[in-house]
Amino acid sequence: MIGGLFIYNHKGEVLISRVYRDDIGRNAVDAFRVNVIHARQQVRSPVSNIARTSFFHVKRSNIWLAVVTKQNVNAAMVFEFLYKMCDVMASYFGKISEENIKNNFVLIYELLDEILDFGYPQNSETGALKTFITQQGIKGQTKEEQSQITSQVTGQIGWRREGIKYRRNELFLDVLESVNLLMSPQGQVLSAHVSGRVVMKSYLSGMPECKFGMNDKIVIDKAGKGGVTDEAGKSDLGGGGSTSGKQSIAIDDCTFNQCVRLSKFDSERSISFIPPDGEYELMRYRTTKDIILPFRVIPLVREVGRTKLEVKVVIKSNFKPSLLAQKIEVRIPTPLNTSGVQVICMKGKAKYKASENAIVWKIKRMAGMKESQISAEIELLPTNDKKKWARPPISMNFEVPFAPSGLKVRYLKVFESKLNYSDHDVIKWVRYIGRSGIYETRC
Amino acid sequence: MTDSKYFTTTKKGEIFELKAELNSDKKEKKKEAVKKVIASMTVGKDVSALFPDVVNCMQTDNLELKKLVYLYLMNYAKSQPDMAIMAVNTFVKDCEDPNPLIRALAVRTMGCIRVDKITEYLCEPLRKCLKDEDPYVRKTAAVCVAKLHDINAQLVEDQGFLDTLKDLISDSNPMVVANAVAALSEIAESHPNSNLLDLNPQSINKLLTALNECTEWGQIFILDCLANYTPRDDRESQSICERVTPRLSHANSAVVLSAVKVLMKFMEMLPKDLDYYGTLLKKLAPPLVTLLSAEPELQYVALRNINLIVQKRPEILKHEMKVFFVKYNDPIYVKLEKLDIMIRLASQANIAQVLAELKEYATEVDVDFVRKAVRAIGRCAIKVEQSAERCVSTLLDLIQTKVNYVVQEAIVVIKDIFRKYPNKYESVIATLCENLDSLDEPEARAAMIWIVGEYAERIDNADELLESFLEGFHDESTQVQLQLLTAIVKLFLKKPTETQELVQQVLSLATQDSDNPDLRDRGYIYWRLLSTDPVAAKEVVLAEKPLISEETDLIEPTLLEELICHIGTLASVYHKPPSAFVEGSRGVMHKRLPARTGSGEGTESPDVVNAAAGSAPEAAPSIIPSQGDLLGDLLNLDLAPSTNTVPPPTTSGMQMGGMDFLGGGLDSLLGGDIVGSPAMGAGFGVAPAVMPASLNAPVGGGLGDLFDLGGGVGMPMGAYIPPKTVWLPAMKAKGLEISGTFARRAGVIQMELVLTNKAMSVMTDFAIQFNRNSFGLAPAGPLQVLTPLGPNQTIEVSLPLSTVGPVMKMDPLNNLQVAVKNNIDVFYFSCQYPISMLFVEDGKMERQVFLATWKDIPNDNESQFQIKDCHLNSDAASNKLQGSNIFTIAKRTVEGQDMLYMSIKLSNGIWVLAELKVQAGNPNYTISLKCRAPEVSQCVFQCYEAVLKN
Repeated sequence: MIGGLFIYNHKGEVLISRVYRDDIGRNAVDAFRVNVIHARQQVRSPVSNIARTSFFHVKRSNIWLAVVTKQNVNAAMVFEFLYKMCDVMASYFGKISEENIKNNFVLIYELLDEILDFGYPQNSETGALKTFITQQGIKGQTKEEQSQITSQVTGQIGWRREGIKYRRNELFLDVLESVNLLMSPQGQVLSAHVSGRVVMKSYLSGMPECKFGMNDKIVIDKAGKGGVTDEAGKSDLGGGGSTSGKQSIAIDDCTFNQCVRLSKFDSERSISFIPPDGEYELMRYRTTKDIILPFRVIPLVREVGRTKLEVKVVIKSNFKPSLLAQKIEVRIPTPLNTSGVQVICMKGKAKYKASENAIVWKIKRMAGMKESQISAEIELLPTNDKKKWARPPISMNFEVPFAPSGLKVRYLKVFESKLNYSDHDVIKWVRYIGRSGIYETRC
Repeated sequence: MTDSKYFTTTKKGEIFELKAELNSDKKEKKKEAVKKVIASMTVGKDVSALFPDVVNCMQTDNLELKKLVYLYLMNYAKSQPDMAIMAVNTFVKDCEDPNPLIRALAVRTMGCIRVDKITEYLCEPLRKCLKDEDPYVRKTAAVCVAKLHDINAQLVEDQGFLDTLKDLISDSNPMVVANAVAALSEIAESHPNSNLLDLNPQSINKLLTALNECTEWGQIFILDCLANYTPRDDRESQSICERVTPRLSHANSAVVLSAVKVLMKFMEMLPKDLDYYGTLLKKLAPPLVTLLSAEPELQYVALRNINLIVQKRPEILKHEMKVFFVKYNDPIYVKLEKLDIMIRLASQANIAQVLAELKEYATEVDVDFVRKAVRAIGRCAIKVEQSAERCVSTLLDLIQTKVNYVVQEAIVVIKDIFRKYPNKYESVIATLCENLDSLDEPEARAAMIWIVGEYAERIDNADELLESFLEGFHDESTQVQLQLLTAIVKLFLKKPTETQELVQQVLSLATQDSDNPDLRDRGYIYWRLLSTDPVAAKEVVLAEKPLISEETDLIEPTLLEELICHIGTLASVYHKPPSAFVEGSRGVMHKRLPARTGSGEGTESPDVVNAAAGSAPEAAPSIIPSQGDLLGDLLNLDLAPSTNTVPPPTTSGMQMGGMDFLGGGLDSLLGGDIVGSPAMGAGFGVAPAVMPASLNAPVGGGLGDLFDLGGGVGMPMGAYIPPKTVWLPAMKAKGLEISGTFARRAGVIQMELVLTNKAMSVMTDFAIQFNRNSFGLAPAGPLQVLTPLGPNQTIEVSLPLSTVGPVMKMDPLNNLQVAVKNNIDVFYFSCQYPISMLFVEDGKMERQVFLATWKDIPNDNESQFQIKDCHLNSDAASNKLQGSNIFTIAKRTVEGQDMLYMSIKLSNGIWVLAELKVQAGNPNYTISLKCRAPEVSQCVFQCYEAVLKN
């Protein structure tokens, strides 16, 4: 299991050091600093073995978090734990920075004592932790409160406490997708996928039971075959703004927040859960079929002699004309020996940024089914470097108001049997946002 | 609040100031001071001098302050054990606090304080907490048992905590179950044979139920534990798989990977024609792909695991090539791993895409990545024959770029392509030769030279090319020198007329001017070959070479199987078995995939296998599937700790094993008394008294296992050696830990000691002495610890013992009190040796003598014992016992009951006679012992039991 956890600043000074196992000595702290943080060559793996001791590390801004062990631990668990640790710290004191860590070191030690016991991760849900790790002491609690805390921390529904009350029961549901593309210069899709997240903010009283439905192909096909009337008919949540008229989408894979009953999903493919309070990520999913690619980039790079390049890039928007894409940015890489650039663009603003070795072209808004063009002349300094320019891909950023995967929310039902509010009393909001992930076209 | 101020400045006299503040009356000031102390502790300053002052702050209502003091205690208690006692009362009191959070905090912290005296006080509170009404306390107490076990394993066993822990597996609270599982798994790992977890269908069912309800971390503990279970048949295997598959949709990647591990392992048992098998295969791919959208560090772990999974079951991901395409912004460690997997998945169907990608990568910035990409192109050519031509032309394009390292990598892989497809692509040689001058890496130079030599007849100026290398012959690396020598000899055999001078030159360079023995040897061999029989030389040197295989860097199958059992863990990241990077006994146990069994057969495995595998209960397959596995088994056992097998661990032990075999065979043929013959005695006599410790384990272990495997089919085995136990814990001996056992090898009693230095300083000047004891055991020589024992070092020593020392009756009879001295102090401990060490080799009585003696010993001296649960038949038992010098003199069968008559002679001349009753089908044996000194009977009986059950 985890033998110890250290936090360092960018210089390699220890900010937090907590050792859980007897086989980890003080020298482990130094070993990591010397061999990883101060290493002459950048370390090329997040796992390193130094003198039969294994170190796992992640970096957040310029802070290093390292876990050390001498045993054959579950490596995936260690990294998941480190991420979780970062989340917990961030929710307690905001950004993970040297200043914040130093200011909260007592709290961090208290957290580390609670969420790792003898190197075994324990309940690390911030909702639960915040009920009893408060930096205020827990003196004033009544016996009932105490046992409520312990039953929440250890219980089946560790993510939600009882007795939550809201005057207005409200639900916000965001479908956030990032669409990834790798395209060849000839316009052939080398790989494309959407990784999406369903993020919810729930402000619901009591212990509500929720059921979430979307246009998952498997569910719809099953319903169609069985002749069951489609629940989508009475859905009040349909909509979105996808251009495609297709009814259902094929989801390659999805993962769920721990509140979702996985066995039920496995057997019936229904998503039911008791939600955490406040904001959380309900599910993640991935699709690869029938993706709507919101933009197409057509590059043309011509080398004119040894000291000049001509670049022409056309972008075409590919969605309903009534919708608007925002925050569009095209990044055209330039060689290292660029001496000067002249740009002409029809729309938006374009600038050559020498420090980033790229021409950055920004367009605020663009409607569907439009196209725009930029052309640039790049002057090069003559070099005798034999190696050719690597031609990194042209990348793109944007935001569109629909889900490129075609996902639609069919329903989200809330049942709370003990309190007297019904599904109809809950105010629900749904939003679809599609963003570019790694959206690249080779040139 | 700006606590960061505590991290600044070190003034002189700071400690004094802190001391004053800690003893201040004002609560706030106290708390501030403790914070300062913790901050100093964090940055590595020694604040142990403040121990009493900090401990004084412990009795407080302020929980924050209390936690800080506890943190301090955990860090420094070990260095101030006497002071730490001061804290005990508060701990004990806190364990009774009405607030469950405080009870848990106390028991959690107490377990982290590794001081003997505190541990004693921990037992009672821990016992209460394990049965606490509050689940939060119980889940903390469960982990505390593991902590205590790490400090004092014996104590945990004696106090019965293990049973309580086992009961917690049926607790109503899922988190308690998860922590109990984690604790038990960890404890079980340090006792590979204890069967502590005792996984059976009922307990598995409980775990699977808890799996649905506990936290993500708890699910990981449970899944990792499940992976150690071997289902009885394919039906059970399938039903577990069905209940584990929903975990594949968990948001936590570690849960997913652990579930994949369970499924990969249990799938082995499913028949391939089963529909469910196909369904399961299909279900595995999507979650594996999803892992690649996690954060980069997790992607890395996932990719290393996918690399294993793809080798074991390529069908799972064969259609998913695209997701492994490298993204421009991937961190380098992700890029390199993806590349590896791309090649593993390359097939005729997707090769065009793969090649296009690889070509793209070859123009990237990172040198390592580019090199690997170029190499990958070559590997594709070798793997997919149809693509070879395109690969070669791609490589040629890359050579045209003239980028130095690209060219060199390309030449190295083209050499391999020539080896795979001879006489096909030699047209490119001219292009290669153009780049001769730019090669500066040995591997590339060697590859180029090989090409020139191999195709000398087609290269007009081959002699000139090779000659150009010859100029700096002595500056080249060995690899290049060897290659150059061979290439020139090849050239000479192909074009003898023009190149005589060249070959003379290289031969003399290799044989006369070189210090390298390999080079010289090769030079001489060629020289002699050429001078005696040039025709033969031609046949040898220009012989047709075997084609190289398609997959060059696959992980060896047995290792792969083991790594599959470790999916998700560090072992799977390193691609090494845990024993390669974990110290001590933990994780040394090798895991194996279960063998496929039909539901009808295999539940009742044949006796022979049972007997053979009886000593290795971890995962004995009831059917040995293939030769490869068998080999693997041998290798595996070879490394296994010698505790569970019966190794005669020296070269002389090997002889003994062999002779026993012969002896046993001859014995039954002639009915004579060969084992005790003088010749044999002499043979044993020459066995070196002190064996070099380093040789013992590996050699002996392997052989022991060989004999052990045969044991069930009637070969006598070596003497029983009890597993090593800790005799002297490090805490009692200022850091020196001694564990050991006794063995009788080749007639010499040996005390086998393992000395571990757990202190910070070097230990030297070891010596050993025994107190007077029942059988006059005494060291026959000094303790052979020749080199000083550094911190964290371990040494194994065999100490030969004689039986001529002073005698005093001990209680129990086989008790031995030992004193060990080193440069630090003298330490005392006592241990018990199995009396079978004293059974001498010539303990076989004549039949008549036996009968007479049996009658002669009064009946009062006869004692009867029961040996329960022994599943050997009488022959196997007799063979086993003979290994420990318990000799069967006669066997009688009366009404299905075998009566074995046996004799034993102790080193001090006492004879023990035995009658063993074995009834077929009844696992309980009855044994009657007769001896003139009846005190030894109890000990002898214990030996029977130990030998038969191991």
